Amino acid sequence: MTAYDYWSITQGALATISLSLVSIMLGVPLGLALALIRWAKVPVLDRFVYSYVSIIRSCPTVTLTLLVFFALPQLGLSLDPLPAAIVALTISTSAFNCEIWRSSLVEFPRDQYDAALSFAMPRFTRIRRIVMPQVCRASLPGLVNEMTLQIKSTPAVAVIGIVEITRAALRVGSNTYEPLPPFIFALVLYGLIVFALIRLQRAVEKRLRSGGMI
Amino acid sequence: MINNFLIIWQQRDIVLAGLLNTVILLVISGVASLVLGALFTPLLMSENKAVSRAAAAYVDAMRCAPFLLFVYLIYFGLPTLGVKMSNWSAGAVALILYNTAYMSELLRGAWLELPASLIESGKAFGFRGLTLLRRIILPPVMLRAMPLVGNQLIQIVKDSAFLTVIAVGELTHEMTGIQATYFIPFAAFVAAVLLYWCLCLAIEAGTGMLNKFAEERRA
Repeated sequence: MTAYDYWSITQGALATISLSLVSIMLGVPLGLALALIRWAKVPVLDRFVYSYVSIIRSCPTVTLTLLVFFALPQLGLSLDPLPAAIVALTISTSAFNCEIWRSSLVEFPRDQYDAALSFAMPRFTRIRRIVMPQVCRASLPGLVNEMTLQIKSTPAVAVIGIVEITRAALRVGSNTYEPLPPFIFALVLYGLIVFALIRLQRAVEKRLRSGGMI
Repeated sequence: MINNFLIIWQQRDIVLAGLLNTVILLVISGVASLVLGALFTPLLMSENKAVSRAAAAYVDAMRCAPFLLFVYLIYFGLPTLGVKMSNWSAGAVALILYNTAYMSELLRGAWLELPASLIESGKAFGFRGLTLLRRIILPPVMLRAMPLVGNQLIQIVKDSAFLTVIAVGELTHEMTGIQATYFIPFAAFVAAVLLYWCLCLAIEAGTGMLNKFAEERRA
């Protein structure tokens, strides 16, 4: 393996990180919106959200990516590989994030909500001032955990030709006829990324336990 | 659009073969990784620091590696070390080795929740080694870990879709073949997603039933 090979796999790492970052940034608020729909028991819509979450959570990311990339053009919406990858990853992570948000919304003490109601707080302020600060704090560990899972499911988009760590390593391996070194280097890169996230999670948890805001 | 789904229906032999392959992979790797995980957990819990560190290193490595990378490692990497395998067995080996780490971690979590008095009284009655493990420790650990094992089985189903990249004829692979032949991507992949959903609902129902049985036994 030459220095250039190492460099190309590291560039793959940038793609992995930016893809997961974009899909997380889209998926976390989307998950919250879905969770709020279920929490508020919006008629009809919450049944849709329930089925959406159930289907997407049991759907392999590879299959979802293939579906988005190959099937959407049939409905008249063609996406390039990069947007298709982002859409597929966002769809999958939003379903998992919805469950995380929902579980902390369900555990939110009802009496606080009622207290805010008795002070005649408008609905939006109620959500923003009373519910969200606590729910955010309760969801954070779960959300960061889901982020590590998200990093590990990004290789699924390699099937539509996105070059991220795994595919870059595969390329180097098929050029040099020595597949082991690039794969082990890739493993080290994933290890570093996941390790950084786990450290972040610990730091966040420590911060929360000492009572500070995020 | 309806015609496209009719084509899928006409190709049901291939679809069912793919689904069957996914189920076979699920059963084999689910059972094997659970058994291997149960044998591996004592190493994680070992009082010998060197043994428990080495075991933890394996589990951590698997938890950091994405499954696709691990599949490539097994499929392309092992032959350079002189181990030759077919696509299918390479896929199965990858699924088993990868999920063994997760299963043993789940079982370790359940084991840590076990009251110490249970194991101590087992020892006081003269149980040792494998018998202690099989008779005293594993039954409550398995019952406790049941819901998490169910989740992991669903994860195995999802991971098995990655095996399409090394041409294992599982559901996603067969569906990709059908969509490439007839150019009906929407119908093919939607059918695949629905079949995966049914499979996971079946797993959830199964573990739910086993869990009920476990609750009754515990009560």
